[in-house]
Amino acid sequence: MIKDITIGQFFPGKSIVHRLDPRMKIILTGIYIVLLFLAKSIFALLVGIIFMIGAFIISQIPIRLMLKSIKPIVPIIIFTAVLNLFFITTGELLFQFWIIKITTDGVKTSVFMVVRIICLIIGTSLLTYTTSPIALTDAIERILSPLKKIRVPVHELSMMMTIALRFIPTLIEETDKIMSAQKARGADMETGSLIKRAKALIPILIPLFVSAFRRAEELAMAMECRCYHGGEGRTRLKQLCTAPRDFAALFVTALFLIGVIIINRIFS
Amino acid sequence: MSFLYARNITFSYINDFDENESAKKTTVFRNLNFAVERGEFVAVLGHNGSGKSTLVKCFNGINIPEEGDVIVNGYNTKDEEHLLDIRQSVGMVFQNPDNQIVATIVEEDVAFALENMGVEPKEIRRRVDDALKTVGMYEYREHAPHKLSGGQKQRVAIAGILAMRPSCILLDEPTAMLDPNGRKEVLKTIKMLNKEFGVTIVLITHYMDEAAQAERVVVMDSGEIVMNDTPKKVFSRVEELKNIGLDVPQVTELTHMLIDEGVSIDSEIITEDECVEAIRALFN
Repeated sequence: MIKDITIGQFFPGKSIVHRLDPRMKIILTGIYIVLLFLAKSIFALLVGIIFMIGAFIISQIPIRLMLKSIKPIVPIIIFTAVLNLFFITTGELLFQFWIIKITTDGVKTSVFMVVRIICLIIGTSLLTYTTSPIALTDAIERILSPLKKIRVPVHELSMMMTIALRFIPTLIEETDKIMSAQKARGADMETGSLIKRAKALIPILIPLFVSAFRRAEELAMAMECRCYHGGEGRTRLKQLCTAPRDFAALFVTALFLIGVIIINRIFS
Repeated sequence: MSFLYARNITFSYINDFDENESAKKTTVFRNLNFAVERGEFVAVLGHNGSGKSTLVKCFNGINIPEEGDVIVNGYNTKDEEHLLDIRQSVGMVFQNPDNQIVATIVEEDVAFALENMGVEPKEIRRRVDDALKTVGMYEYREHAPHKLSGGQKQRVAIAGILAMRPSCILLDEPTAMLDPNGRKEVLKTIKMLNKEFGVTIVLITHYMDEAAQAERVVVMDSGEIVMNDTPKKVFSRVEELKNIGLDVPQVTELTHMLIDEGVSIDSEIITEDECVEAIRALFN
């Protein structure tokens, strides 16, 4: 059961979206978020939706994944919708019951907010669908590298992320083994109250932590044996290089941003 | 001068957490001398706690001896300035392949050492491909390491060391956690590196049949080198080996039982082929 956990949601492919420079993809995602927040009307938001759907079609990511990414935030969506529906009291009155008033403005705003959140989640999850975690880490390291000048340990942070990503499957496997071992000795993890079940986790977590520390020690030694001495003077096997397609993508995204600004002007 | 040379070295572990004053310092070995020539294939035997891992870790500057010197390719391991040169020329492979793979993609992991050394990206690519081809893992270069078998992971770890182009590889029980097939794969790779590429090999092992394939066998017991000879000579001392808690290869044990029964057979047999040959000769 524990094997079902997937880290990252990378969906390998060879589309142009997959092949874009990960740094550029992070920047484009940033522009897309700005675009969504600039949009003041549902028409302007439509531009964002078109952009998002277009990107999804080009990336050849199945629709089911797109829907899957919304699933965990459904409660937030409902919460936002209800909040806007009940607390905006301007506009024409549609329905009244006790102290609850529902108005046209309330309906409009809540629809607008819901669409905006859905666009935000689907659009940004496209980044993680089309970029492998390792490429993302790499891109983040390079985008943040100017911060090295003010002594932010950028290389160390990205190294930690890489190692964490590398060891998640190993530790999951290990948890599975420890759980089986404890079950074989009569540990009960599935019944009882919440507190009882939480307590039952202790005999799993302690061996897991001990082994994680032991692994860390060995890994550190193995890294030292392979001449690791921090980020100084390090080169990379895969160099990130921006291709013309990256600038083309930037150009298209910028056009959509301008589109949103123009539509905002027209409808204001 | 020998390629690896330990002169009168003493090494102790310090345990600051121990309440007992006298238990704080555990001396593993005292005034030990040991040398390995360029291109040799040396196997180190000894039961747990005999100091074999500690000794081998002295050869790439992971352990620095308290007294005495370790000279690697002309550099003293105490010399911080040349530590990276030493580590580059003497690579080390550990027991658990999971704990020595750093990256999430095979080729990225093989490239790790080269990235640390600051090699040009194009040269890294070339060396990574070469190293992966040498250990026969080239087709798996884009796989995730956790999806490989134990033997494959260990070969990736060896490739990661090999990419540095070391003149010597130290292996600390590289086959202990592997299944029989994985063991065979790894041992074949080690032997090939030694024979075809002239890489000096120091192999710590618990398996006598692996040690039998080396050119020289060193047996350690409680921090001392008690035997240091060819596998044939070492394994013919069956009684002594058993006294310090070690086994001999099964075929050696068989021939010694035959000798005890009064059969005249060569006492220095260590491989199955030799044994079959000798027994066939007996019947003729």
